[in-house]
Amino acid sequence: MIEERFDAIVVGAGMAGNAAALTLAQRGLKVLQLERGEYSGSKNVQGAILYADMLEKLIPDFREDAPLERHLIEQRFWMMDDNSHTGLHYRSDDFNEEKPNRYTIIRAQFDKWFSKKVQEAGAVVLCETTVTELLQDARGKVIGVRTDRKNGKVGADVVVLAEGVSGLLGTRAGLRSRPDPNKVALAVKEMHFLPQETLEARFNLKGDEGAVIEAVGTISEGMTGMGFIYTNRESISLGIGCLVSDFERTGQTPYGLLEKFKSHPSVRALIEGSEVKEYAAHLIPEGGYKAIPQLFGDGWVVVGDAAQLNNAVHREGSNLAMTSGRLAAEAIFQIKSRRDPMTKENLALYRKMLEDSFVMKDLKKYRDMPDLLHIRAQNFFLTYPQLVSKAMKDFVRVDGVTKAEKEKATLRSFLAARSLKGIIGDAFNFARAWR
Amino acid sequence: MHIVVCMKQVPDSAQIRVHPVTNTIMRQGVPTIINPYDLFAIEEALRLRDTFGGEVTVLTMGPPSAEDSLRKALSFGVDRAVLLTDRFFAGADTLATTYALATALRKIGAEFGPPDIVFTGKQTIDGDTAQVGPGVAKRLGLIQLTYVSRINSVDTDKRLIEVERRAEGGVQQLQSRLPCLITILEGVNEIRVGSLMDALKAARATLIKWSAQDAGVEDITKCGLRGSPTIVKKVFAPQPRAQKAELIELGDNPGDALIDALFQRQPKLEGELEKLARGY
Repeated sequence: MIEERFDAIVVGAGMAGNAAALTLAQRGLKVLQLERGEYSGSKNVQGAILYADMLEKLIPDFREDAPLERHLIEQRFWMMDDNSHTGLHYRSDDFNEEKPNRYTIIRAQFDKWFSKKVQEAGAVVLCETTVTELLQDARGKVIGVRTDRKNGKVGADVVVLAEGVSGLLGTRAGLRSRPDPNKVALAVKEMHFLPQETLEARFNLKGDEGAVIEAVGTISEGMTGMGFIYTNRESISLGIGCLVSDFERTGQTPYGLLEKFKSHPSVRALIEGSEVKEYAAHLIPEGGYKAIPQLFGDGWVVVGDAAQLNNAVHREGSNLAMTSGRLAAEAIFQIKSRRDPMTKENLALYRKMLEDSFVMKDLKKYRDMPDLLHIRAQNFFLTYPQLVSKAMKDFVRVDGVTKAEKEKATLRSFLAARSLKGIIGDAFNFARAWR
Repeated sequence: MHIVVCMKQVPDSAQIRVHPVTNTIMRQGVPTIINPYDLFAIEEALRLRDTFGGEVTVLTMGPPSAEDSLRKALSFGVDRAVLLTDRFFAGADTLATTYALATALRKIGAEFGPPDIVFTGKQTIDGDTAQVGPGVAKRLGLIQLTYVSRINSVDTDKRLIEVERRAEGGVQQLQSRLPCLITILEGVNEIRVGSLMDALKAARATLIKWSAQDAGVEDITKCGLRGSPTIVKKVFAPQPRAQKAELIELGDNPGDALIDALFQRQPKLEGELEKLARGY
């Protein structure tokens, strides 16, 4: 028996779920949010970088009390081979602005704060409550959820699935298929604690300034993957991720890659003497536009990672999650205020709002990138970084070999590794996918 | 039957760090939990209520943030939660704590009916004194049953309770009149997962919050730091032992090799053991 009904049930209290529950509650809907963890954030894993713009749309004055670590003033991109890295380095004092655009955060703390805001807005938030099943009527319309608690059924006009990347509930209910191992990365990370002064000296930071390093190259052993290093107040988040199917194919282990990344001379110096206090692993949707499942149906919508909304090229996810959660809530509110039912037809509004936003536009722009980077992983993640490293080494080394000779040798090394046709093909494909 | 459980919100000691320089406990960012020993008291109270009917009230003294723990207690199915919170209560040792709790218990008795049983956990994991339960009993003139490992029977008509108490060297079977105060041992039960309705109720419940004045405290100087004769002279972290476990090659004669290895590392031990052996 269903004892109680809500206007909306939000499954999950990550970025997308919290954004949805907050918006729904702010609009005066009767909202129940269910989270399996002990508190919002206890199960949530991210690098993590927060994008201010999308949070401002939900909580304009979040800077007043949100637990933020550092605002980012510096971005480094590394192409690595085993002993070196070639870097692109952007740092700007302009990022020391009154309202910075990007921050590092620690999700366990941030989400807890976010969840407080959701509760203050009037949503009922139940933690340590796992949704085990979507309740559907005879015609397949979702009418509520079943939880793992005693007498655990509860009803709602609409269920917002913010259950995270693996999409178990949606899959179990037959609303979507399981994410493909080709389209999901497994990332592992560690938190390395260092005294604040040491950390700031190593990264050339002061005050609340922060830096980000993102790295590709031989660290991923030829697989489609990326390493990252983010500075928190007194810790460094460091991790690496590769496609699940690549791990499967190569037999490489995530922790093996992480150890290799950590022992790279360019990385080792940054974390030397640090104390590891925490480690975590998480799946990341990497399939982009083409991997997006059905986003709505009779009595349900899906948001955030569960909807595979992640921009792998720009490493953006939490902002897409927040935006999709907010837009789903806006759509539900609009339908509700017209007193219309939560049918598939009406909930298509959510998809339309998403299409009109940066979320779908960005993902559409890069729709061919995931396939390209996967099919040509060897080239982009192994061969080119090695070639670039070698070229840089020869370029800076002064050894009496004439410059003309060096240039010729560099060119020859590229041609030998990839052939002219191959290089042009890679460049062309990359440009097309980027377009 | 009205059962009151006194509980405490404590920092999760598994995640606590001691500042290497100042030796103070670094509470910042450390999650708080219900004192794990108190969970056994809550579950035992709920079981008695489920059997005999009545209500369970939880009482805690703490900062406003202790609300989280009370809400958690409500989600197990507790009927009522009272938060005793006031800056006058801050810095209380066990003497001042028992004064405040006893005062609040009297008020709970007056408002919601006198308790038949007051439960506490064995001790807290932050203070580890095990003094508050007995202290409250003394102040309220309640019979105290400490280190209870089992409740054998309750006779609500005759107002009698029979319990097993773990004592040194054995188990005591005790009978007592009600009302009484029970401090319960760990491991006697397992805290339940509340039903969805309990969880919903807990999330929406309004907690009863009492200041010192609300609770009926007459002498504010007996509360908090002012009412606490305990003085913390020094806090220090024990030095981690430098010695590490080592692997000893034992060879063909493991007994002798082990003894030799032990005596070699603990030269005093050999003499002491010989002295001991001479005594026989």
